[in-house]
Amino acid sequence: MTDHFSSFSNSSELVLQARGLGCVRGERQLFSNLDLRLVSGKCLHVRGENGVGKTSLLRLLTGLSKPESGEVFWGEQSIATDPLAYHRELLFLGHRDALKEDLSALENLLMYAALDNVMLSDEKVLSALWRFGLRGRENLPVNCLSAGQKRRVLMARMLTRQASLWILDEPFNALDIHAVHELQNLISEHLERGGLVVLTSHQELSLPNLQVLDL
Amino acid sequence: MSALFTIIHRDLLLVMRRKSEVLTALFFFVVVASLFPLGIGADAALLRKIAPGVLWVAALLSTLLGLHRMFAADYQDGALEQLALAPQPMVILVTGKIIAHWIVCGLPLVLLAPLIGIQFDLDTSSLYILMLTLLLGTPVLSLLGSVGAALTLGVRGGSVLMSLLILPLYIPVLIFGAGAVYANSVGLDISGHFSLLGALLILALAFIPWVSAAAVKIAIE
Repeated sequence: MTDHFSSFSNSSELVLQARGLGCVRGERQLFSNLDLRLVSGKCLHVRGENGVGKTSLLRLLTGLSKPESGEVFWGEQSIATDPLAYHRELLFLGHRDALKEDLSALENLLMYAALDNVMLSDEKVLSALWRFGLRGRENLPVNCLSAGQKRRVLMARMLTRQASLWILDEPFNALDIHAVHELQNLISEHLERGGLVVLTSHQELSLPNLQVLDL
Repeated sequence: MSALFTIIHRDLLLVMRRKSEVLTALFFFVVVASLFPLGIGADAALLRKIAPGVLWVAALLSTLLGLHRMFAADYQDGALEQLALAPQPMVILVTGKIIAHWIVCGLPLVLLAPLIGIQFDLDTSSLYILMLTLLLGTPVLSLLGSVGAALTLGVRGGSVLMSLLILPLYIPVLIFGAGAVYANSVGLDISGHFSLLGALLILALAFIPWVSAAAVKIAIE
């Protein structure tokens, strides 16, 4: 299954760093002077109460929003200097699924693959969808799928995206027990290949190489 | 370049899956433009005189109807974030969306205009000029509109605000577009009108995709 998804470990070690990050939402200072460092094969679990700034932190790490202070580095370079190169390595899944409701799961994945410059055949996308239990539903419009099935489509996207850094906002939402297990496997495989994962979740995770950040 | 075609293809595919939204805008154009001959009656001279203005105003309004769709749906379901995070320049993606909007909301107006023009008793050369002005003018409408659509993302009552923002900017296009058809019908030289419309198009093409891309980035921040 994983043979056509190359390993990242042959390249020099990947590092995601944040130095002195500060974030302000409205009048409120969510966090300040936050440092973090994540290397290949590690998973960062961001925890904290609702509204403490977990999603804001993830968005800062993606470069979608600009920090009030501090900087995010990918390798030696600030992510602001060459955002396109950074985005090539990055997969961000927010709490909205970003799937087009009128397109099928297959069309959605092929469309994102084309935009992400990933060469992908229909067969690879189909096998990714089948792996997550969507056999027979690959040509249904996404609005016919349940919330959990939509998350499964996103899991297929994670598998096919070929990014080394995954930033996942509440990836375990709406998943049944079986799918939670599958997603943990998927993340473990990614870590074994030398990928990096940053995620938020309110569940206890059983993942290897887990770092925890409490906000 | 392939990203441009991907995004155009994607937007057109989405439109094909939900044809009603596009057809409403086109139907609006046809109905509004057809109401005038019905309301005014069979005064052919008067109809010929008002035709350029009426058709152009109808074209402006129907373009406006489809504008909110350009970014709003993608903004709501998070797809716009994903586009911003794709390893593609945002300008290319925004340009693709503007082109898709023009193909869906502008090009059909160009093709329908002669049909509607017949109701106003326009002669062949006027119909021809009308089509040409629309061909040059409607891309400017889509381009200018994209700025409004991007600036009003996430704003409550955004579509009304967008109309107020964008309609004044449409005035030059309206003046030169309708003016060319009128000038032609009274036998004046129309090359000036066309030069100005062309200049508007070139200016808009040169600057607006960057402005809209910046506005979209601000909206998703």
